[in-house]
Amino acid sequence: MAGIKKFVVGSFTDEAVLFPAVKNVRKAGYKIHDVYTPFPIHGLDHAMGIRETSLHTAGFIYAICGTTTALGFMSWVFTKDWPLNIGGKPHFALPAWIPITFELTVLFSAVGMVLTFCYLCNLAPFVKKHHFHPRATDDQFVMAIECTDKTNDAEVQSFLQNAGAQEVNVQVAETGWWIGRYDKEQKLYRDEIGY
Amino acid sequence: MNHQFELPGSYKKWTLGLIIAGVIALLYGFIMFHPFEHAGHGEHVDSTRFWAVLLQNSVYWLLTVNACMFFICVTTMAMGGWQVAMRRVPEAISSVVPILGIITFIILMAIVWGGRTDIYHWLDKDAVAADKILNGKKGFLNPVFFTIWSFISILLWSLLGRKMRSMSLETDKNGTMDYETGRKWIWKNTVWASLYTVFFGLTVASTVPWLWLMSIDAHWYSTMYSWYTFASTFVSGLSLMAIFVIYLKNRGQLEYVTDEHLHDVGKFMFAFSIFWTYLWFSQYMLIWYSNQPEETRYFVDRIGTARQSGPYRGIFFFNLIVNFACPLLILMKKSTKRSWTIVTFTAVLIIFGHWIDLYQMVMPGTLHEHAQLMPFEFGIAALFIGLIMWGVGRYFSKHSLLAKNHPFLKESMIHHT
Repeated sequence: MAGIKKFVVGSFTDEAVLFPAVKNVRKAGYKIHDVYTPFPIHGLDHAMGIRETSLHTAGFIYAICGTTTALGFMSWVFTKDWPLNIGGKPHFALPAWIPITFELTVLFSAVGMVLTFCYLCNLAPFVKKHHFHPRATDDQFVMAIECTDKTNDAEVQSFLQNAGAQEVNVQVAETGWWIGRYDKEQKLYRDEIGY
Repeated sequence: MNHQFELPGSYKKWTLGLIIAGVIALLYGFIMFHPFEHAGHGEHVDSTRFWAVLLQNSVYWLLTVNACMFFICVTTMAMGGWQVAMRRVPEAISSVVPILGIITFIILMAIVWGGRTDIYHWLDKDAVAADKILNGKKGFLNPVFFTIWSFISILLWSLLGRKMRSMSLETDKNGTMDYETGRKWIWKNTVWASLYTVFFGLTVASTVPWLWLMSIDAHWYSTMYSWYTFASTFVSGLSLMAIFVIYLKNRGQLEYVTDEHLHDVGKFMFAFSIFWTYLWFSQYMLIWYSNQPEETRYFVDRIGTARQSGPYRGIFFFNLIVNFACPLLILMKKSTKRSWTIVTFTAVLIIFGHWIDLYQMVMPGTLHEHAQLMPFEFGIAALFIGLIMWGVGRYFSKHSLLAKNHPFLKESMIHHT
């Protein structure tokens, strides 16, 4: 819910055209909001100059939390709260706890990373985001350029056209996410593309 | 670019220096330790030390260089293409297998036919006859079977490895392959690689560690042992490969090897260090849990008990830190796996760590509390390192460093993780 902004949107049909276009748009100093593609494209993140994700660092921290939770909880239970004699083993039976510690480490890191990933991508049930072009999930590569006060959008449009964009238009859209349901409040795909 | 590598003088100097240091250590042992003094269990410790150190080093370095051929074979069978740009490096390392194989075979034969009951307790005929457990293992643990199986193992590793190398080398002469020839060549490689891998499973991943190492503690057994030894030597082999790749890269060779390839080698080292730890732990935890005296014996000899700490306690836990904690924490980040310096450091650490690992597998059952970690032990290690460097250098200077007609070379050149 980051407010309404104006975008110039161009759609490309070929990734071989898209790559130089991304490069030229960045070189011209325009601000790329995002590029939406039907499938992951190797090296596009690099071309767009997006920084490396920190998701794995988060994963490491979650894993450490899992390790400490498991070891802390088990040692508290078996040495302080409710010591049991299990097969004559010492109360602080570290080797026996390692498998559980390992599992909790993996569990915390996996679940934590999935949730963080969803948060970073604004993915959740009943959350809606603006779609710049419905065919971005089908066969078009869609580039959205964010307009600032100084941007001349006619100029950007012609720039995109020269870069090889098939369709170019200006959209005013919400940049963040909002609560809603795609299945209930969405125009049908064919209405949108005008069949 | 010319892919022919001229061995620099410093490399030759180091090789010669290490071999000389090793030969001095060997001669020192030969004169001072009276290796042919006939010794029973626990008598004349120096003579036992001589053979135990030779056994540890020969088995460790042989299995380590052999692991490089295993790496080639599994990547071939998996249709892997990324490693082709540096494929000549594991090939060169595996070309040392016949040399170290002969040395290991001589050492093993000297131990077995020299009646070294201080190394292999099962060689003592009277003890075996009086012992129900050893008597039951007689069909497997006897000098004749030991000799035949060791011979077959070393022979087939050498021959099958040689076949894999010669198929790779003949592409240099034959020129570029068209699609059909390339397909046939890959298929032929896959067949030989699978033969090697099956035999590798029958030897390194099962019988050979049982015979050569586990039988030192003749009464004891662990079903994890061979996998453990395999993991230990495989991760050392990968580290050795990483060191040679980085060395050649520093010398301006291997132009198609990039950070991406190093990243994947680093991943292998990271993953197999953890695999080793998994086996280490599985072996330890099950024995600790079931607490059977005949099984815990192995760990009592090393760590000792709660009341009395054993002579190997320090080495035992050092082993775990160097081979698990260090690779885990150092190689976890992407940037460290792509750093040539850090990968070199970790590779040296891993090779040393697994050398120590084999040390604590061999010494407690042979030397008990008399084991030492003195210049003699390191000198023998230097001898083997020198021999490996000599063999690898010979292969590098004879053959092109790039398998330039390999059908998957393009895939390796554009490799991207």
